[in-house]
Amino acid sequence: MAGPVMEPMLPKSFLISAVRKETPDTFTFELAPANGGIAPYGPGQFNMLYVFGVGEIPISISGDPRKPQTLAHTTRAVGPVTKAMSRLGRGDSLGVRGPYGTQWPVAEAAGRDVVLVAGGIGLAPLRPAIYHIMANRDHYRNCVLLYGARTPQDILFRKDLAQWRASTDIEIHVTVDRGIPCWRENVGVITTLIPKAPFDKLNTVAMVCGPEVMMRFTVMELLQRGVPPQSIYMSMERNMKCGVGFCGHCQHGPTFICKNGPVFRYDLIEEWFAKREI
Amino acid sequence: MIKKTLEPILVEHEFFKGLAKKHLDIIVGCAKNVRFEAGQFVFREGEDANEFFIVRSGKISLETFAPGRGAIIIQTINADDVLGWSWLFPPYKRHFDARALLQTRAISLDGACLRGKCEKDHDLGYELMKRFADIMVNRLQATRMQLLDVYGNSK
Amino acid sequence: MTKKGTQAVRPVVVPRSDLQKLFDALSERGYRLIGPTVRDRAVRLAEISSVNELPEGWTDEQDNGTYRVKPTGDKALFRYVVGQDSWKQYLYLPATRLWEARRDKDGGFQTSTETAKARKTAFIGARPCELQAIAVQDKVFGEGDFVDPGYKARRDAIFIVAVNCGQPSSACFCVSMKTGPKATSGFDLALTEILDAGSHYFVFEAGTKHGEEVLGAIAGKRVSPQEEAAAEMVTATAIKNTRRKLDTEGIKELLYRNFEHPRWDDVARRCLTCANCTMVCPTCFCSTMEDATDLAGSRAERWRRWDSCFSLDFSYIHGGSVRATGLSRYRQWMTHKLATWLDQFGVSGCVGCGRCIVWCPVGIDLTEETRAIRESEHPGVKDSHKSARKESGP
Repeated sequence: MAGPVMEPMLPKSFLISAVRKETPDTFTFELAPANGGIAPYGPGQFNMLYVFGVGEIPISISGDPRKPQTLAHTTRAVGPVTKAMSRLGRGDSLGVRGPYGTQWPVAEAAGRDVVLVAGGIGLAPLRPAIYHIMANRDHYRNCVLLYGARTPQDILFRKDLAQWRASTDIEIHVTVDRGIPCWRENVGVITTLIPKAPFDKLNTVAMVCGPEVMMRFTVMELLQRGVPPQSIYMSMERNMKCGVGFCGHCQHGPTFICKNGPVFRYDLIEEWFAKREI
Repeated sequence: MIKKTLEPILVEHEFFKGLAKKHLDIIVGCAKNVRFEAGQFVFREGEDANEFFIVRSGKISLETFAPGRGAIIIQTINADDVLGWSWLFPPYKRHFDARALLQTRAISLDGACLRGKCEKDHDLGYELMKRFADIMVNRLQATRMQLLDVYGNSK
Repeated sequence: MTKKGTQAVRPVVVPRSDLQKLFDALSERGYRLIGPTVRDRAVRLAEISSVNELPEGWTDEQDNGTYRVKPTGDKALFRYVVGQDSWKQYLYLPATRLWEARRDKDGGFQTSTETAKARKTAFIGARPCELQAIAVQDKVFGEGDFVDPGYKARRDAIFIVAVNCGQPSSACFCVSMKTGPKATSGFDLALTEILDAGSHYFVFEAGTKHGEEVLGAIAGKRVSPQEEAAAEMVTATAIKNTRRKLDTEGIKELLYRNFEHPRWDDVARRCLTCANCTMVCPTCFCSTMEDATDLAGSRAERWRRWDSCFSLDFSYIHGGSVRATGLSRYRQWMTHKLATWLDQFGVSGCVGCGRCIVWCPVGIDLTEETRAIRESEHPGVKDSHKSARKESGP
């Protein structure tokens, strides 16, 4: 950084260039700045997105870091701000502050196997890491994506998944908690995919993203498989009001999810992750 | 002849690792190859449970049928997984349907025969119990996690 | 942002009759003065211009959930400690408009913000613990990758006249936190009040060049060895009379390993999650953002307001609060203040001012809660800092 940022709370106006409905309750929008360019970002980072007069929330960037013309975010409409967002369309504006936070360890994973474990909408914050890996495929050894969704209708980014599968650069296993009659792939929780996934437990980097409960079980399974805790990374989430370490809301024990996270190396937060109501 | 070709496969399988040679010989003696075409039932709910399977290739779904909802897949069983434990516990009846989703090859082990052998040789019984208990514990944990519906929408 | 003390200028004595010169010198230099006054039966901070507005002849009696002011019968100006007001309300405003935004023709919007400017303000009568509290908030708002420009502007426009304490309340524990009763840094000027048979004067020390300059304008006499000794005696007496203690030895590890301690259930039965402690605490910094728009939807504002980790929706995410129980919220506040703050900022969040103990409606005392947890690890060995005050609680 060039020096401390002096006006960290001012959003920049961006215009929605595209909206895509991914599943019945999840949508992606692409943003382009009203003026100027997009600040470069790394996979795993998030922006604070502002709906004019309604409110502001943190959402992970879900697009391709090498495509600097647009910013993509994928979200569900669950609260007042995201519900207001879901009513916006092309040409409407959103305020953007960011990018903030720590990144997925795509550099640390060079020369090693990579196992990405995504649960539900957790695939969205991982997608930039997948784009990065696919664009630099020869930096990595075996790559495998394990993706768990609630039902087949909740599967995100089907086109991307199909493209990645077709490329044969990455092995992809999808499972759902509940199948439907025409679903021919796996049914069962995501942890069932871990024991047989093709990665070298002692020479791998695992990146895990999804609901906290799912991440807890996933980490348990990875540890049981013999992956050292220092090789596992997760993306955490907490209430955020500022995104820059001032408002105090996102604290998780001694860490601020906005500046010490959201991506954490598991062993460094293991002690806190195990505690309740932290 | 068939039994000779199955021994190397069973010896290598994760499930039978660590078994003494004499116990492995008994297992091999109860084993045979089976094949199911896509869509074919492996077993039906309520049937007698007298065999268990080591899947070698393909995919099997564990299902139940609910009126109005049709067939609901509880879980899918893949290559190298073990299918079936009801043969080990009374009343030795199947709790679910199992159907091959793809053409599936498996090794079937004669549960009725093995039950008798386990009664005679408790060491063999203990070894099999340990292994099935491990499978059941993992299935239970996975099922509990399924019940949590972790990807569900917030209330 | 703390300013180093200067050794070159010797302390100076200013008689009581000349104290108004200090106020005048600051006013002439464009400062508004904020200082202690007695109002509504409490010592409150307010804008003042005359020495006569100070709480002459008043003292305070403070204890768990108890605050009273009482007349002393003498003419001392500073014989009390801290009240419910802390200086943070002047540096880190309780409510501030961060920016305004207007829709523009293309469907986007433009934000505008007032240039951070601040009124020159002199804090008269800041206690040593409060200087540390300001230093702590300086770290939060000014030393990271992001700077709060409003805080910085206000902070740069402050002149601090600190008062060394001679008489602690029973709630004070600055000695344990090494933040008092004598100011060692973080002030422009620091004074010690001496009132004894026949004389009433102030020993002034400058902490910055700016302080030196103002002190020069008051033209006091060089301090004599006896006067210096009298000033030392004031703070030495305060140390001796500080009853309440907090053992900070290994406090971070102590609390980190006791997150499931039954004592939290005990305090949860008493804590009302009323958030008083966070409001009076001089280091608490949590805030919330409020976005609002006019009826036409063409103009929006964002306001930042003080917030408290005790509120139920403070940790709201995905349809529920992470800290849903009162227990988890009290635990969060106390462990943040005494433990995780150390990992975050390299200093304790607590300065030993005692306000949280005094202004808690049920008198919860974090020194006692810590002691209870510590003693439970070594039953039979009493905490060496058990205070002599009476037990609190319902």
